[in-house]
Amino acid sequence: MDYLLQTKNLTKVYPNGTIANRGVDFGVRRGEILGLVGENGAGKSTLMKVLYGEESPTSGEIWLEGKSVTFSSSQDAIRAGIGMVHQHFMLVPKLTLAENLVLGKEPSKPRSGFFDLERAVSITEELAAHYNLNVFARARVVDVSVSMRQKLEILKALYRGAKILILDEPTSVLTPQETDELFLELKELQKHGQTIIFISHKLNEIFRLCDRVSVMRDGKMIATHDVADVDSQSVSNEMVGRDVQLSITKTKQKPGDMVLKVRDISFVDDFGIKMLDHVSFSLKQKEILGVVGVDGNGQSELVKVITGGLKTLSGQVIAHGKDITNKSQAIVRQAKVAHIAEDRMTEGTALAASIEENLVADRISLPKYSSKYGFLHKEIIEETAQDIIKSFDIRCSSPKQSVASLSGGNMQKVVVGREFTADADILIISQPTRGVDVGAIEFIHKRIIEMRDTGKAILLVSSDLQEVMSLSDSLIVMNSGKIVAYFPDASQTTDKELGLYMLGLKKQTAKEIEGVLS
Amino acid sequence: MTNFVASVFSSSNYWFIVLRSTAPILLVTLGAVITEAANIKNMALEGSMLWAALMGVVVSAWTGNAWLGLIAGIASSVAIALILGLFALKLDANPVLCGVALNLFSSGGTVFVLFSLTGDKGISSSLSSKTLPFLHLPYIENIPWLGSILSGQNIVVWISVLAVVIVHLLLNKATIGRRIRATGENVEAAKSAGIDPVRIKFLTLAISGVLAGIAGCFLSMGYTSNFTSGIAAGRGYVANAAQVVAGGTAFGAIFASLIFGLTDAMATYLQNVGMPPELIQALPYLVTILGFIVVTLIRDHREIQRKRRLFEGDTGSTFGRGPGRPHQTTGEAAS
Amino acid sequence: MKATTKRKESVFRKIGYFFSDKEKLEPTLVIIFTALFSILLGVGLIFLVSKDPVQSARNFVLGPFMRTYNIYYLIIAMVPLIFTGLALCIIYQLHYMSLIVDSSFYMGAVIATAIGVNVALPAGVHPLLAMILAGLVGGLIGILPAILRIKWRANELVSSLMLNYVFYFVGSYIILYFLRDRNQAILASLPFRSTFALPKLIPNTQLHAGVLIAILFIVLVSIFLYKTRWGYQIRVTGANPRFAAYAGIPVATVVILAHFISGFIGGVGGAVEMAGLYRAFIWQTNPSYAWDGVIVAMLAKRNPKYVPLSAFFLAYLRVGADFMSRRGDVAFEFVTLLQGFIILILASDKISNSLKIRRLRKAALASEQESKARTTMPSTEGNTL
Repeated sequence: MDYLLQTKNLTKVYPNGTIANRGVDFGVRRGEILGLVGENGAGKSTLMKVLYGEESPTSGEIWLEGKSVTFSSSQDAIRAGIGMVHQHFMLVPKLTLAENLVLGKEPSKPRSGFFDLERAVSITEELAAHYNLNVFARARVVDVSVSMRQKLEILKALYRGAKILILDEPTSVLTPQETDELFLELKELQKHGQTIIFISHKLNEIFRLCDRVSVMRDGKMIATHDVADVDSQSVSNEMVGRDVQLSITKTKQKPGDMVLKVRDISFVDDFGIKMLDHVSFSLKQKEILGVVGVDGNGQSELVKVITGGLKTLSGQVIAHGKDITNKSQAIVRQAKVAHIAEDRMTEGTALAASIEENLVADRISLPKYSSKYGFLHKEIIEETAQDIIKSFDIRCSSPKQSVASLSGGNMQKVVVGREFTADADILIISQPTRGVDVGAIEFIHKRIIEMRDTGKAILLVSSDLQEVMSLSDSLIVMNSGKIVAYFPDASQTTDKELGLYMLGLKKQTAKEIEGVLS
Repeated sequence: MTNFVASVFSSSNYWFIVLRSTAPILLVTLGAVITEAANIKNMALEGSMLWAALMGVVVSAWTGNAWLGLIAGIASSVAIALILGLFALKLDANPVLCGVALNLFSSGGTVFVLFSLTGDKGISSSLSSKTLPFLHLPYIENIPWLGSILSGQNIVVWISVLAVVIVHLLLNKATIGRRIRATGENVEAAKSAGIDPVRIKFLTLAISGVLAGIAGCFLSMGYTSNFTSGIAAGRGYVANAAQVVAGGTAFGAIFASLIFGLTDAMATYLQNVGMPPELIQALPYLVTILGFIVVTLIRDHREIQRKRRLFEGDTGSTFGRGPGRPHQTTGEAAS
Repeated sequence: MKATTKRKESVFRKIGYFFSDKEKLEPTLVIIFTALFSILLGVGLIFLVSKDPVQSARNFVLGPFMRTYNIYYLIIAMVPLIFTGLALCIIYQLHYMSLIVDSSFYMGAVIATAIGVNVALPAGVHPLLAMILAGLVGGLIGILPAILRIKWRANELVSSLMLNYVFYFVGSYIILYFLRDRNQAILASLPFRSTFALPKLIPNTQLHAGVLIAILFIVLVSIFLYKTRWGYQIRVTGANPRFAAYAGIPVATVVILAHFISGFIGGVGGAVEMAGLYRAFIWQTNPSYAWDGVIVAMLAKRNPKYVPLSAFFLAYLRVGADFMSRRGDVAFEFVTLLQGFIILILASDKISNSLKIRRLRKAALASEQESKARTTMPSTEGNTL
């Protein structure tokens, strides 16, 4: 096997003890398009970071063209001909595409030594024409589409002499049409002699584009196949380790009254993109309504608009008959709406504060916890904190320790513990188990079901399809800021069918979606 | 009221003073604009100016040469800026705190040194320091009204005009300018292009040090001919405020510093109409804050308008999904 | 029954924490260490410039204790530092950088002067009224940078510094035009009425009851920050303003309240100085106790209970330097010089505290980036890498 770039027995352990890669043997052949697949946390990104010089291996070797190499920085990797197109683009917003392309290797005018913009533009245009990756060289990054920015990222790598291109989840930001375009371009690049590593979790894309596929799981390299020799089911099993099964048991509940009415809400982000486009639905008691969709299709914004973090440009949010549209988060909480924030580190907790302080933040003004003269009822606070710590199994040495020292799972339990003991009967839950260990996940899932059984109305947003499907009673699918599908019974659909809606390949009729309003 | 304003604005003497007052502020503001472009706040401009003013006086008295004084002043000013860089960039300390600390150090330190050298705390009149030359322009000085504004200004006023041009070229035409802006706007992008953000930031700090140094020397070797304690009178801080108004461009800096200069120059005129001198002295600072607020209001308003327009169906860009936005360096909020 | 056993437990636990939790020991150690370091630095500077360094150094280091009245002077010097230090503790708990306490303090003194000169009231009530009014004005001034930041995103450090210049001039104007004693050569106000003076704690000394008021405020601010819900809200908002808003804390109100109280304390401080130490307003320049307040608050790690110790240290520096400068050839300004050094050191020291949290965050972030959920693939396995 003649590999252009390979790793031998590569292990990477992060300073906090996480083992991201275990003894990985990986190799890509010259001129091929290799797909790298795995679940979240399987170790794909780490492997690429090591290959690109952004991280150094704890042990093991990297071999390039038959010779062992070490990269002390990404500059070394670039010099060696490895180019990376990151998920999060490395572009300077207010500079033009041409300026971004040449950054660091700028052409200068012969006599004055000034930056030669014209030359930069012509370099860009020549390169773009050569590789058939068309971009507006004179436009500023802020003014062009995401797919064009991505093309520029690829051109950047090529400009610096990349012979191996690593693309990290490139299609997560593209429309289906743009994805088609990208695949054509990548095949062109292959004809030009480029070697491409394509990281994705979308099997259908791997099978469309790649020659071979490598599968990772739990930090290990499981297997590598020629794409022609396998089917998506067996690859999917390798990724997951076992056949997919629903592991959550819940009894069917009859939904109660409608307690939350969301009608016609809209939101435009700083880039001018319509993240919410006249969204409407209703939430009933004793019901978990799951929101399914590819990250970035408006789910975050939906949650934030409902709970008061963002302002909607139209429509209404009504909880228990009370209009809470565009009111502050404080007022929304008073309307008995609790909210598990998507990001526990930046929003769901105050890292520098103690566990105890975090647990009572939403209720400190209640007469139970502070007197009308303002004095804190210290003992009640301590008692409440202890109770929550116990009943939510938060592993800590003392309630007075700072939240920053907790593990991800325990930190999340602080958030869940607080929100689930709040005086609320509408729960808006966003990414409840992101970055959380198995035991905690099971625990949190159980509590969510419990909350539903006691009569709460729950909106569950999660990028973890399995989680949403197994927890929810009914589902909506979001794409491009709109609800494109509604399933009154979550058990009546499959992940494959949902995938079609999520990717915008299918759309229900307005009549079918209307059901979510009642 | 309108009579007053008309009489002031038509006075060539007024405009002469405007240029003289604006020059030092302009220089320092340009320094603040450059460091801001690289996303590092130089709050130690005040201290830089103080040391420059003192060292200019001391060295020019000692060597008998104003230009050597200027060089010494600039050197000391740059030193302060680099110390700020050392603490803020290498030791990872809060740059704002460090800036403030250095200013404190400088306000006490300059008086301390002055006292040790001359035995006088208030003023350096015992030192026979030199002044930087005033330029009398041969043909221009004969032009009515305009001539008396432009001729007779200290050379530093012209240096400040030159500085605007240089800074503009630097930020917009030179290669390094784009690297500075890249560092300031998206440090990850800069790093991935092989640019060392720390070096760039140090560079901008040094440049701001030079500019503040010239301004400081002007205060004690042009505007007046002595160093007095507290001679900078908060101009360094004014520059920090003016930088926001300037909006990142060299020409914006002219506008921003004029706000201060126009008000400052009105001092004698206001006094003639009976306004108490203390309140007159407060005016430039007040006006700077107001300018600051007005500019922020306008920018916010424009932003809201832009969002409205986009929502109402005028989407310029195609729909993009996911976290692939260029301004995000990591998936999390920037730490 | 349950309550009392719990209380006993917590006392023992608290003692245990104090000794095992390094964070709690630190402030005292840091203050002592910083004190020693700055004294050394000061002595070094003295040797650099003085013609009789040994004598000057002795005066600097031992001066505050060499005479009894110096010790009283030391305590008196602590008073304004305690007030500005407390004011800044509150601001720093909020993680804001407003330095407006300078204006609050100065204008507080001006207002107190106006009342001390013009208003006839019985002793005891007279200074009390002055302090309350000075506090109110100081509080109103204090909220200005907060409003500018909340409404117009103006950086509060820059705006407060600008405002400090404005209010200094306005305050001087008031003294010059409305309260001036024309018979004096220097800028001075008319003398205060006799009922205005705070009683002396020890007769025939300068040691005034303002010390007791300062101590009272230390207790009050301590209680406020750690035992009331507003103090809690201030601290949580300072820890993470996004979280505070998310949890329903009225962030804008909290910020303004904190600034008002901080300004109030500053204003009272100014009034106390007038009523306690002076017979008329005679400040020729701005005493700028705000800068000392910055150091006091930083050294005390924003906790009022350490303020006396750090105020003592700073007052010690001031008194020693003053004593030395009167008797020698080293300028008093070297205190300001030292203060600058001290803040630089402290700013670097802050690294160790936030570094710990930053390290933990970075590591947690790194492992979370890995498991940031993408979609369509089921992930029944726990997201351990």
